[in-house]
Amino acid sequence: MGKNYEVSRHDMVPEHEVIPGEKVEELLETYEIDVRQLPKILVNDPVAKEMETEPGDVLRVVRKSPTAGVAVSYRLVIER
Amino acid sequence: MAEPKQIGSIQFGLLSPKEIRKLAVTKIITPDTYDDDGYPIDLGLMDPKLGVIDPGLECKTCGGKPGECPGHFGKIELAAPVIHAGFARLIRKIMRATCRECGELSLTEEEKEGYREEIEKLKSLQQPIDDVRRDAFKEARKGSTCPSCGSDMSDVKFDRPTGYYVNDQKLMPTEVRDWLAKVPDEDLLVIGMNPEMARPEWMVLDVLPVPPVTMRPSITLETGQRSEDDLTHKLVDILRVNQRFQENQEAGAPQLIIEDLWELLQYHVVTFFDNHVSGIPPARHRSGRPLRTMAQRLKGKEGRFRSNLSGKRVNFSARTVISPDPNISVNEVGVPETIAKELTVTMHLTERNLEIARDTVLRGPDSHPGANYVRRADGRKQRISDKNREELAEKLEVGWQVDRHLKDGDVVLFNRQPSLHRMSIMAHEVRVLPYKTLRLNLCVCPPYNADFDGDEMNLHVPQTEEARAEAEVLMKVQNQMLSPRFGGPIIGGIHDHISGAFLLTERGSRFDRDDATELLRRAGIFELPEPEGQEDGQPYWTGGGLFSQLLPEDMDLRYTDSSGEPVIIEGGELVEGRMDDRAFGAFSGEILDALLKEYGVREARRFLDNATRVAIHAITKLGFSFGLSDEDLPDEAGTQIADVMTSADEKVENLIETYELGELDAIPGRSLEETLEMRIMQELGEARDQAGSIAEKFLGEDNSGVIMAVSGARGSMLNLTQMAASVGQQSVRGERITRGYRERTLPHFERGDLGTAAKGFVQSSYKDGLTPTEFFFHAMGGREGLVDTAVRTAQSGYMQRRLINALQDLNVKEDGTVRDTRDTIVQMIYGDDGIDPSKSDYGEAVDVERIAERVTGRSP
Repeated sequence: MGKNYEVSRHDMVPEHEVIPGEKVEELLETYEIDVRQLPKILVNDPVAKEMETEPGDVLRVVRKSPTAGVAVSYRLVIER
Repeated sequence: MAEPKQIGSIQFGLLSPKEIRKLAVTKIITPDTYDDDGYPIDLGLMDPKLGVIDPGLECKTCGGKPGECPGHFGKIELAAPVIHAGFARLIRKIMRATCRECGELSLTEEEKEGYREEIEKLKSLQQPIDDVRRDAFKEARKGSTCPSCGSDMSDVKFDRPTGYYVNDQKLMPTEVRDWLAKVPDEDLLVIGMNPEMARPEWMVLDVLPVPPVTMRPSITLETGQRSEDDLTHKLVDILRVNQRFQENQEAGAPQLIIEDLWELLQYHVVTFFDNHVSGIPPARHRSGRPLRTMAQRLKGKEGRFRSNLSGKRVNFSARTVISPDPNISVNEVGVPETIAKELTVTMHLTERNLEIARDTVLRGPDSHPGANYVRRADGRKQRISDKNREELAEKLEVGWQVDRHLKDGDVVLFNRQPSLHRMSIMAHEVRVLPYKTLRLNLCVCPPYNADFDGDEMNLHVPQTEEARAEAEVLMKVQNQMLSPRFGGPIIGGIHDHISGAFLLTERGSRFDRDDATELLRRAGIFELPEPEGQEDGQPYWTGGGLFSQLLPEDMDLRYTDSSGEPVIIEGGELVEGRMDDRAFGAFSGEILDALLKEYGVREARRFLDNATRVAIHAITKLGFSFGLSDEDLPDEAGTQIADVMTSADEKVENLIETYELGELDAIPGRSLEETLEMRIMQELGEARDQAGSIAEKFLGEDNSGVIMAVSGARGSMLNLTQMAASVGQQSVRGERITRGYRERTLPHFERGDLGTAAKGFVQSSYKDGLTPTEFFFHAMGGREGLVDTAVRTAQSGYMQRRLINALQDLNVKEDGTVRDTRDTIVQMIYGDDGIDPSKSDYGEAVDVERIAERVTGRSP
């Protein structure tokens, strides 16, 4: 394994993307929730680390689903 | 009713000695309970201030009568402090982390501050602080000198349950208490303790709270003798030792005796809290039975939590043996009259039901649709008896309530344990029937997993209008026909329903007018369709034509049955094919599935009720039986099977020979031995299949066993093969049988024999009977099967318990998200697709092809 190994390029790792602040607001409004009610991901999660996220960022995760084809989910980055 | 209040927070803590003393309404000194006249002794364990249990007396503290007074705590002032065994490990942890001299946690100020901040932060996030606490303890234990006072810190040894040693010197509880008392409040925050709620020295008991008599009532035996509760016995022990300790201390007894008594007092207090602490023998009753003290009351399956809080016993319920009734609807349950007269439903009287209620009350409690109680408008309840029923019926007024007997049409819940899925409890309509068993339609056997070898089931009567409505809409059998497991019907025909329909719809089956009328009558159809044709001047009807009468007139459907033959329904007519388990069987019924999804549950239920009734009538009419002689094969078949067996034997011998000569070619990735085994297994499998097809050929399609197997009613061709032709290879762990003696399975064989018989191949059929060696191998294989099922049920049961505990509080909100009790999102959309599997088409949201077919009227 060389130095430029990226977990996000692995087949089994779903697509992650940081969403901008205003989109977060929108998201929270649609679900009528507080950020803390979102599912969470640790900053030191390999993917979050690779994307250089900060606690408080919200990630959009798009994964393949056996039932729905594609499933979109959101995760709040939290400190360890 | 008082407005329900929200629980703001729950605080757990330790009782401080101060609080224990404040809580106590009296101190307890005497180890006696009642005097010679049977009155409780003051300052004794049954002191009247502790509450009342005897009817007719009043509590000396609150004045309440038995049932009103919750009881009050007392206290025992211990002559010497003792360790609370439940906290012994925590005490050890704290002593190891703190300095004996100054009591401070052996961490630097910066470290302490760091941990405190971390705990503060986690608490504000409502996250568990366990990891931080563990770290803090681990760090604090590391140093060998105290960072604040510089004194040596030697390790604390611990001897279960309550012994502590420093440098091999035993610490008396007083010393432990003094040590713990020295730990400063700020340092407690570091290890996650709240000093206001729980100071560590409170874990050493100076004063013992005495539980109220209401939680340890004494019982009077028939002999008039009083028998005390186990807790009272334990408290007596504590008081006795306490007294002796005090006397000895005052008399200035030698230290050795004092320490012995101290040890004894410690033992009694430990067992008072928990009588199953490891390291000490459990305290026993005079009879030798171990005492059931505090911890035992709460712990385990028979403890307060699992037995009384998670599992409550209820009123308005019944349980008895079940038996089948093919003539009631799947929606119904047959209730014995004796049960119907015991279970009641409350009638709220209005102008409209007053007369009905009057009749009901007049019938009294003993004749069936009667009533047991009336409740007047002021809430007074009166039992209806044979004597007062006329008077009460006369007096009935609007606003009164009448508890009337259960009667036909009432909605009840019906349940069979183990309640593994939601179909284990369903709502049924009552049918009051004679005799003493609960009756159910056979189609609901699969969801309940019920049979009639002595199974019992439970019945519950919902008591409010809301509950009844909810049960009917959500839980009624007809609304539970589609399983949330796979989106297909879980309720459907079984056994004779399938055989019956199979025989009825056989090609060329004909019925005359009388038989046809009688058959359709079972489905509530009183008019015959046009006859199919004439024979000898008499009109006749085909089975398929009659069965078509049960289908909706506009139904179109195509599917393949379980033998792979097409079944075509056009315009509500069965045009081609035969009814088998794929038609309306449980777990697989295609017609049932289509009806449920396209015509609604009512139509599907009606079809199932009618089809099964007709099928049962058909099979009764046509006659159907299966016995030993149905497994008879002609001599010719026997010879053919014997030939197959001999040739298989020969082939195996040849294989072994080539193996022994070293000429066998190994399958890639396998050793020679494995290859040989696989080839032999394959050969023997083929031999049995061949024997099976010979048997099938000779048994013929008319054989009852074959009919059941082919229609999917019960059993398989493999079962028939084993009965009639050959049982086949027995296996343990997926291999031919190899275990037993050295290099052989049984002494009947030569060492190293790899032949068929020596390794568990059963040539005989069940009908012929097995040879002794075959029988033994069969028992080996059979035992493995039994063990596997036993292990599997235990494992899956435990897995389900854990899953349920983890998932029980999740629910799907209006916006489709799955959330827990704190409204945290667990899944953005339920199941990623938001589909309720029990409303789906085998897991898919819609069957587009089927819809297109229905809209365009074209079949694909």
